Amino acid sequence: MTPVFLYALVGIVLFSIGLYGLILYKHLLRKILAINIMGSGVFLVMVALAARTEEGVPDAVPHAMVITGIVVAVSATALALALMLRVNEKTGQAVLPEDRET
Amino acid sequence: MEEIDLLLLFDAVLGFTLVWLAWQTLSSLDLFRAVVLFIAFGLLMALAWVRLDAPDVALAEATIGAGLTGALLLSALAQLSARQKHESETSLFLRLTLGVLMFFLLIGLGYIVFSLPPQALGLSVEVAKNIELSAVANPVTAVLINYRSYDTLLELGVLLLALLAVWSLGSASTRKSAFVNPVLDLLTRILVPVFILVSGYLLWVGAFAPGGAFQAGAVLAAAGVLLFLNDWHLESKYTGFALRSVLVIGLVMFIAIGFGFVFLDRVFLEYPPELAGGFILLIEAAASLSIGIILAALFLGRDPSVKSDSCSDIDTGVHK
Repeated sequence: MTPVFLYALVGIVLFSIGLYGLILYKHLLRKILAINIMGSGVFLVMVALAARTEEGVPDAVPHAMVITGIVVAVSATALALALMLRVNEKTGQAVLPEDRET
Repeated sequence: MEEIDLLLLFDAVLGFTLVWLAWQTLSSLDLFRAVVLFIAFGLLMALAWVRLDAPDVALAEATIGAGLTGALLLSALAQLSARQKHESETSLFLRLTLGVLMFFLLIGLGYIVFSLPPQALGLSVEVAKNIELSAVANPVTAVLINYRSYDTLLELGVLLLALLAVWSLGSASTRKSAFVNPVLDLLTRILVPVFILVSGYLLWVGAFAPGGAFQAGAVLAAAGVLLFLNDWHLESKYTGFALRSVLVIGLVMFIAIGFGFVFLDRVFLEYPPELAGGFILLIEAAASLSIGIILAALFLGRDPSVKSDSCSDIDTGVHK
């Protein structure tokens, strides 16, 4: 197995673990962490596949897209955390309405 | 040959550690532990980017992905009550069912990726062929600011929108740390000028080596986070128009230069090759300033010009 496909495989595993955590756990902070891990998995697959060039110079377009993605991910995380704190402030629990313990 | 095997072994260990850290992040019931493991995960991701020949991505991941996201997560966690920082165990049936489903997803995705051809040029040839026209030698910067500048332009818009949304949520809780650690205070005084210098260097070097507007902005934001941790705040006369113009200058400069050449018979965001170098640097400088201040403002989490009862004593305080 070449390093390219090794990292692509790691990316897929990270994506699956992240999705598992996103569905399974109720706490919103955990869901935010899970989405971030899913995102890292996608980025890893993209950059790994960009390294499949012959002359060893990787494709710069996916790299630029991943950098854009990292910045968008951090702004989405900041917004999600602000929403979580607001939910926590209003209901006393940082969970979605259907998971609330009464 | 043995060297290649050692590197492959390193890749395998790194990949396994990444998966293990992600699993621990999601399965540890203590949320503080989860966040700390996630930061470690981000730092190891930066190592993976280096191994994949993507030093630009590695810089962005280490500063933004691990550093700033970590600071945001820890600061949000600190505002949750102690009871909320732990999570109860989930049922075994649910875990098993989901586990089986995710296993099938893994097999499916794995099959798709492994059926891709082992060699693919993608757009690397096109990027290399036109690098002379783009006026920068670093292909990633060329893609970000020149070839695919729409992405970067819209991304600045996304950052601004996120900040607007966070501000309009108006989080009431403010950090009230009366005690400022003297060691942190001294360290901040030394580090902040260094950060600003590093930020400028990353911006300049981005034209021909790993670096660029995002990495420079992130380092600037790190300086802002350090200052906020020391109870520093902007004087109230700067929080109105001055702060807002810095927040939008990246987007405004980008659009202005993009439209400027429309009048010289070019399409939107197309720069003439002989002038591109200077304009790219101008856009990048404005963009990194905006990115840095927006990210630092996202960490602060509230509009500094709005005076609520809880923070009025802070906003009228003396400038440090």
